[in-house]
Amino acid sequence: MSGAPSPAPLAAGTAVQVRTGAPLTHCRTPQYLRGKRGVVLRALGRYPNPEELAYHRPGMPPLTLYQVEFDAAEVWGERLHEAPYRITADIFEHWLEPAGLPAAAAHDMGASHGRA
Amino acid sequence: MDRNVHDMGGDPAGPIDQGEHARTVFDQRVDAMLRLLAHPQKGYFTVDAMRRSIESLDPQAYHGLAYYERWVRAVRQLAIERGLVSQAALEQRMAAIAARRGARP
Amino acid sequence: MAVHDHGDHVHPDHEGHAVHDAHAPVDDLDHYQPESLLMEQALRELLIEQGVFSAEDIQRQIDLTESRTPALGARIIARAWVDPAFRAALLEDAKPALGGAFELDLANTPELTVLENTEGLHHVVCCTLCSCYPRNILGIPPAWYKSREYRSRVVIEPRSVLKEFGTELPSQREIRVVDSTADMRYLVIPLRPAGTEGWDEERLSALVTRDSMIGVSQALAP
Repeated sequence: MSGAPSPAPLAAGTAVQVRTGAPLTHCRTPQYLRGKRGVVLRALGRYPNPEELAYHRPGMPPLTLYQVEFDAAEVWGERLHEAPYRITADIFEHWLEPAGLPAAAAHDMGASHGRA
Repeated sequence: MDRNVHDMGGDPAGPIDQGEHARTVFDQRVDAMLRLLAHPQKGYFTVDAMRRSIESLDPQAYHGLAYYERWVRAVRQLAIERGLVSQAALEQRMAAIAARRGARP
Repeated sequence: MAVHDHGDHVHPDHEGHAVHDAHAPVDDLDHYQPESLLMEQALRELLIEQGVFSAEDIQRQIDLTESRTPALGARIIARAWVDPAFRAALLEDAKPALGGAFELDLANTPELTVLENTEGLHHVVCCTLCSCYPRNILGIPPAWYKSREYRSRVVIEPRSVLKEFGTELPSQREIRVVDSTADMRYLVIPLRPAGTEGWDEERLSALVTRDSMIGVSQALAP
């Protein structure tokens, strides 16, 4: 995972997709959210990169951390067996990329703009 | 396997044991050692290093050990990594303590 | 030196023993591997001898940790229920609000966000990756919070998990499961129970349980 830190944090409401990948070294992006689409709730500030801190490196420059919200249906697909709900998790910027529409909506609408 | 043992969100699992467990003196001391060593002003190591060490336990150890037993193994590993103690000194001291305890009436 | 063991230990006959006793009997801790106990004592002794920390540092740290309990959280929540300005400040930026109103030293502690439960939205907090928890307010997390079962299930079946805790929410109330995956810690303001109009902070704080500040329960009914 690389990439320079963003100059300005993503705005609330920005559609994002969590990167896939399985570093197996220390990281704070849970597997169940990798590849899933969500929406930025807010930026939580900048923190040293935990993937470097874990190995006694300074983790600089700090990275922006986002609270990202996901629909349970997007996260679990057919495994979902409860009424709809939402999940938030705090994800560092280098694990996020711009997202199109969630899969279901894209299928329905065939459009390319971000979701509301 | 595309994830480590600690990363368990969404795994099938049984009922939650809601029993309250008071901390033992062992728990308190391990907790205190970690807090002191990982204090930002001391900086011997970070909580992320601690997590990394715990996460690298094999699944049997991770699930078989109590919470603070995982922690004490991680403190041990990081104290050695950071040169605070040597593995040999630690083993020697553990043997000496075991002998002391064995010798007690 | 204070005794820091508590009466509700898993062994019902467990007696409190002094924290500074370097020879804590192994049979008091017989659910641990002997190697774990030896490792703890050897590490502690060696690190003290080398001046990394002192025995007093350990004791002070234990005292500090034990001083943070859900009772503190309950006072904070009760204040938030009666004082709209404090609640707004708490929701806006929790650490300064708490530093001012409760004289808590939260320097060198993780960032904290306070989430408000409403008639429309219920928050429940977890940490699927380890045991992140607002320790500097609520103390050490309960064992179940750190358990495989809670961490695995609450993100995929929150209503079932809440039900196990005796919590059944109205079907129209939305649930937001908050997974504390990084540097932010989360504390929930439960919904203020009906029938508590005019109550003062002290009376209200008795209704605020630890579990209601995690979000697996609601505040107690009056």
